[in-house]
Amino acid sequence: MSYPSNVKVVKLPCTGRVDVLLILRTFESGADGVYVAGCMEGECHFLRGNLRARRRVDYVKGLLEEVGLGGGRVEMFNMSASQGQRFAQFAREMTERIRLLGPSPVRK
Amino acid sequence: MIVGDRKDFKEILEKLGSRRRVLVLGCNECVTVCGVGGEREVGVLSAELRLYWKKEGETFEIREHTLERQCDFEYIDQIKGFADEYDVILSMACGAGVQYVAEAYKTKLVLPAVNTTFLGVTIEQGVWSERCQGCGSCILDMTAGVCPIARCSKSLLNGPCGGSSEGKCEIDKEIDCAWQLIVDRLKESGQMERYEEILPVKDWRTGREGGPRKRVREDLKL
Repeated sequence: MSYPSNVKVVKLPCTGRVDVLLILRTFESGADGVYVAGCMEGECHFLRGNLRARRRVDYVKGLLEEVGLGGGRVEMFNMSASQGQRFAQFAREMTERIRLLGPSPVRK
Repeated sequence: MIVGDRKDFKEILEKLGSRRRVLVLGCNECVTVCGVGGEREVGVLSAELRLYWKKEGETFEIREHTLERQCDFEYIDQIKGFADEYDVILSMACGAGVQYVAEAYKTKLVLPAVNTTFLGVTIEQGVWSERCQGCGSCILDMTAGVCPIARCSKSLLNGPCGGSSEGKCEIDKEIDCAWQLIVDRLKESGQMERYEEILPVKDWRTGREGGPRKRVREDLKL
């Protein structure tokens, strides 16, 4: 399994830990895009962590639209721990999407 | 608690104009609980401003600070040491807090980042609902603990009106008819005979209609 080397993985115990501020700080640090890779919906070990993460990602999309970075720079994907290929596929999809959007205007 | 909504980012930017040294001031009380103006929301708004201004290639200085309360001068005094370093104080408190900060720092521009909406309760995490309008003469003893002033769209003292349908208000099917709630609760608590009592015309002078209100407790004064 291989995925684009530009993807930097930040490990969290559960996507339920993903917070609006955490994503915003990542953009402030210069990230061109952020995606949250959570477990399949309905299969969260902590019951609703990935569902909460999705709502927070949706909220951040609105914030990024407001500040002019565009909501497309953040996304939520779901996959199970055994779906390495799916992880790699989303990594390629997101990398391609961000490449089309170009570097974050915050970094210029 | 006092509930509010964060102002639209575009409106905040417009109000800030060309000012770039900003003190974003949160409040640890009601606006923290309703997720609109606490330390976390100060962080989010500040991050938004930084991202926007960085994108625009602007030079700026933002300080994040959250006070225990913005409605007590002892706490407001805590920013004395550095408030002057900023062009503007962007307050994320309720309207009372914004005004008290403005009173304390007369030469400073103090802007609101929040629209104060109502006195209410937490229905569930992330959902708040209006319960009180601060009318100054509580009648909850007469209405089974449900306030028709705050919760009836017409503030009827003797209801319901003809717009009540299947327990909902005619203005919006999402809104409970306050008088239906009152009747239901009178029944549940075995007080239905109280429904026969006609509530007298309310003296609105104890509310906002009597002008700005002030409360003094001589025994508490220092």
